[in-house]
Amino acid sequence: MFRFLPLLWANLWRRRLRTVFTLLSILVAFLLFGLLEALRFAFFGGVEAASDDRLMTQHRMTIVRDLPGGYLGKVRAVPGVKFVSPQVWFGGWYQDEHKPLQVIAVEPEAFIDVYPEIRITEVEKRAWFIDRAGVIVGKDIAAQYGWHVGDHIPLQQNIPYKANGNTWDVNIRGIFDRPNGNNNGVFMQYKYLDESRQFGRGRVGWMVSRLENPADLPRIARQIDTMFENSPDETKSGSEKTWVGDFAKQVGNIGLILSAVAFAVFFTMLLVTGNTMAQAVRERTSEIGVLKTLGFSHAAVTWLVLIESLLLTLTGGAAGLGLAWLLTRGMQPFVATLLPLFKLPGHALLLGLVLTVLLGLAAGALPAARAMRLGVVQALRGG
Amino acid sequence: MSNAPLVRVIGASKDYRRGSETVHVLDHLSLEVPAGDFLALMGPSGSGKTTLLNMIGGLDRPSQGSVEVAGQRLEQLSDGKLARWRADNVGFVFQMYNLLPVLSAAGNVELPLLLTRLGSADRAKRTAAALALVGLSDRAKHKPRELSGGQEQRVGIARAIVGDPRILLCDEPTGDLDRKAGDEILDLLTALNQKHGKTIVMVTHDPRAAAHAKHILYLDKGSLTSEAA
Repeated sequence: MFRFLPLLWANLWRRRLRTVFTLLSILVAFLLFGLLEALRFAFFGGVEAASDDRLMTQHRMTIVRDLPGGYLGKVRAVPGVKFVSPQVWFGGWYQDEHKPLQVIAVEPEAFIDVYPEIRITEVEKRAWFIDRAGVIVGKDIAAQYGWHVGDHIPLQQNIPYKANGNTWDVNIRGIFDRPNGNNNGVFMQYKYLDESRQFGRGRVGWMVSRLENPADLPRIARQIDTMFENSPDETKSGSEKTWVGDFAKQVGNIGLILSAVAFAVFFTMLLVTGNTMAQAVRERTSEIGVLKTLGFSHAAVTWLVLIESLLLTLTGGAAGLGLAWLLTRGMQPFVATLLPLFKLPGHALLLGLVLTVLLGLAAGALPAARAMRLGVVQALRGG
Repeated sequence: MSNAPLVRVIGASKDYRRGSETVHVLDHLSLEVPAGDFLALMGPSGSGKTTLLNMIGGLDRPSQGSVEVAGQRLEQLSDGKLARWRADNVGFVFQMYNLLPVLSAAGNVELPLLLTRLGSADRAKRTAAALALVGLSDRAKHKPRELSGGQEQRVGIARAIVGDPRILLCDEPTGDLDRKAGDEILDLLTALNQKHGKTIVMVTHDPRAAAHAKHILYLDKGSLTSEAA
């Protein structure tokens, strides 16, 4: 196979301009595919990473309205609920007001119990538990700002929680890694927020429960919501997957839009690449006749055309995917707050490579079939 | 050198359909070519010379009759086996050289060897030897467009002999060359026949070219009309 590569490569560059334009088209198509997949992961990656045994409880009207802190004890008492973590959106920023952070106030011990997949050393975890002004930060946001364990940083806040200014001094006690999840979060102590704020004291934004058995989730969700029915603060409970998915759907049917764009791009690419290969084979008819005269079988010539088509799509596709990977990495710090999971995941890269192969085979199929059918004498005469 | 027939054509006919009309290109033609022969096929355009050459080379199949080369009945082979057989037994030289423009002279000569099990070092060695034999060692890296017509045809001959075939089939090898270049090509073919024992069948219109052959056969309307030694 490798012995034919010089011939295939030379054939590919026979019409340099045409090949360059086709390669650029494929590159742009796969760059777009990569960016769309990064966007899809940004919206739905959280759904994939969400756990089956976690239950979200928020205010029935909107997540913006908070809940009484007393609900925590009642939810913890529901049979089948193992741990409950209260959460409050803090937001804030560090140094640059235009780059908001995702800071959430939590009860540290409960938070770690509810999110067992979070990787953090025991020493850092303990240090966070005992420091009221302590925070843990995701590895990505830590890398972006160059934060290290032990750093003392001032967080700024627009919401006038405190009477004496909007600066919250916190200490970085740990850097965590959440595999395949959001590593741009900052988690501070609920007590630190609650004792200092002027309003909303004792209330929580929402609650996350970890259940003993995921199968009990619908029953427990109903039980919790029934418990607070007809109260001033009714609740809406559901699985973490549904919650994250609903959140993404608020923007619109992103999945359908992304799929439609990707389909249109690939269909166009199929026509462009197919046309390039068809032209390449048509203008080489007599050369195909020469190859067959020299002893290349119909099957060998078919494979040569298909592999040439694959070379074209793999070269352009790999370049496009590589560029998309670099771009998404470069853009990540700038969009981390809005789209914390904006990155090109490994499975999307793999899907992209599979698509380059399929595109190559599909684009080369008709020209290859024509090359195969050509009789030697007919081909030598130029078709 | 054995004089046993290397090529045996027995009652071969070839018909083509052109619309509703049937064209008879070869008409029950029989012919034997001994091993080591240098045979020239002459005749007017449309007499069936190239069709006969294509049949001997396994590029075309007779409508009737049989073609046997080196003991192999070609009509019995499948397309795939026939391709393999061509690679092992036949070298072709074309009027228009038919070199691949994207490859160097050496790349063109190496093409038939890509179908063998030879490693790249062995292929390079045999390619160099073939180019040396046709006197083009110093042009190995040149692309066809950088060569003269005579040099291109020499590369075509090197490509035809690099696999050490049993028979060389040449279709108007000097048809596109000036007289001097044509003579050089014919001298080369003669040397390949006389010094290296290659059996050659050459189609030509040119009596001067045919004069280099050991035998000349004349075709007209698909039949042999006469033979000259």
